[in-house]
Amino acid sequence: MAQLTQLTDGLPTEVLSVSGLRKSYAGREVVAGVGFTLTQGECYGLLGPNGAGKTTILRACLGLTFPAAGSIRLLGHPVPGEAREARMRVGVVPQFDNLDPDFTVAENLLVFGRYFGLADRQTRGRIAELLDFAGLAGKEAAKLATLSGGMKRRLTLARALVNDPDLLVLDEPTTGLDPQARHLIWEHLKRLLAAGKTILLTTHFMDEAERLCHRLAILDEGKIIAEGTPQALIAAEIEPQVVEVYGEDAPRWAGGEGQVYARRLELSGETAFCYLQDGEVAALLAHLAARPALRRLHRPANLEDVFLKLTGRELRE
Amino acid sequence: MLAPPRLSLRAIAVWRRNYLVWRKLAIPSVLGNLADPMIYLFGLGYGLGGLLPQVAGVSYIQFLAAGTVCSSTMNAASFEALYSGFSRMHVQRTWDAILNAPVTLDDVVAGEWLWAAAKATLSGAAILVVIGALGFVASPLALWILPVIFLTGLAFAGLGLIVTALAPSYDFFMYYFTLLVTPMVLLSGVFFPIEQLPTAIQKISGALPLAHAVRLVRPLLLGQMPASILLHLTVLTATALCSFWLALILTRRRLLS
Repeated sequence: MAQLTQLTDGLPTEVLSVSGLRKSYAGREVVAGVGFTLTQGECYGLLGPNGAGKTTILRACLGLTFPAAGSIRLLGHPVPGEAREARMRVGVVPQFDNLDPDFTVAENLLVFGRYFGLADRQTRGRIAELLDFAGLAGKEAAKLATLSGGMKRRLTLARALVNDPDLLVLDEPTTGLDPQARHLIWEHLKRLLAAGKTILLTTHFMDEAERLCHRLAILDEGKIIAEGTPQALIAAEIEPQVVEVYGEDAPRWAGGEGQVYARRLELSGETAFCYLQDGEVAALLAHLAARPALRRLHRPANLEDVFLKLTGRELRE
Repeated sequence: MLAPPRLSLRAIAVWRRNYLVWRKLAIPSVLGNLADPMIYLFGLGYGLGGLLPQVAGVSYIQFLAAGTVCSSTMNAASFEALYSGFSRMHVQRTWDAILNAPVTLDDVVAGEWLWAAAKATLSGAAILVVIGALGFVASPLALWILPVIFLTGLAFAGLGLIVTALAPSYDFFMYYFTLLVTPMVLLSGVFFPIEQLPTAIQKISGALPLAHAVRLVRPLLLGQMPASILLHLTVLTATALCSFWLALILTRRRLLS
């Protein structure tokens, strides 16, 4: 996609910088002093449980809500002061589908282009390319009601690219999609990154963050509680090995013998998560081999382990 | 939140979005907007009118024609700003999508306001065409009705957008129609001359934008120059501008907080 390629030579440029961001609703501080920076070409993820403030931060970055404190600079423009100018070069995929149900696929793109001041002729020239990119080639005249959830999501992505943006803001881009559709979206996003686009993404899917994000921040109660590359966060925040032990007897085992073999052990329902150093795995597996009633899964630690360690296992409403 | 409107030409893109949706359903939409008022006009005009002597110096159907043009304009603007506007703001989240583009909320509300007024004008004009074809339009002076109904459309679109900005759900609009729109129709000289009302109530009608629209449209339809043109235009313009501004403030509070 020639038009999507906008790699610039030289030093990485700052696409978005946020510092000291604060926002309260009804006396509750939902964003409590958040700061981060995106450089050109990177994918930056905001991870957090429901209510951690992810969507509020995105809205503030786009100038759609006025923060109580802090400063935001988006593509060289202060926000919210020059949010409209900054949004000229931003594409947004919102959390909830808001495509126009009254329009065909092509009309959705054409009308959206007008909001950027694009002439219909300009947008028409790009529709085939955008739909091809989104895997919707030939669907120009299709009615919205005939599209699947995954197709609508990809159309929303195509719509976000109508202005050939420098920054893409994606709010939970694959929530509600089946695995096939999620993988397809990820492939599209990787192609955009390869073409030099910058991506800011929120998600609560750890595999999604681990695959896509160069760097990410874990948010809880409006604060960034950890930040770094997925690998660095796993290395810094948690033991490298995990053995999951599950079965009816697992809780009893976790309360007794388990403690001997795993220095850190978390019980969730009928599953005991044993967090281990590399040298400690063999002894635990040998112990478990003699207890066939306990089923086990040995795997390397991942981002989800980090996330659950930092934000806890309690449900967030 | 109280800042004066910051508008740009992007409001036109919002207007055009609504126009494109309407164009797909234009014929049923116009016929739908036309059918209801025409049924009332002919039903009451001939049915009731046959029992009456002249009303305010003309036949009852001629009297009623001007009221029908105005009340239809009001209804069309209200329905668009309430039900369709609420649907785009809250249900379909169309406004959210637009706000992610370089369009301000002020532009979105302005686009909706102008669109509802335009659709209302079309609705009023369609009735004008039908009653003209039936010989109830006295002279080309009636062409002045078009700008008057556009202004009327702006006034009721603005009032409707205020209610939309406050509405938790569609059910809320029933209060607006029951408590404001219906009494306004009865107090504005649509069905009978205001002079039939007790003096105290006549004073109330002096504050109703629909009454001022009727005072302009009725003489124009009969080929006469209206009295107190400036007063009527001022009330309609003030209603349009003040309601738009208030709607804007309330919508900002609802969506940008």
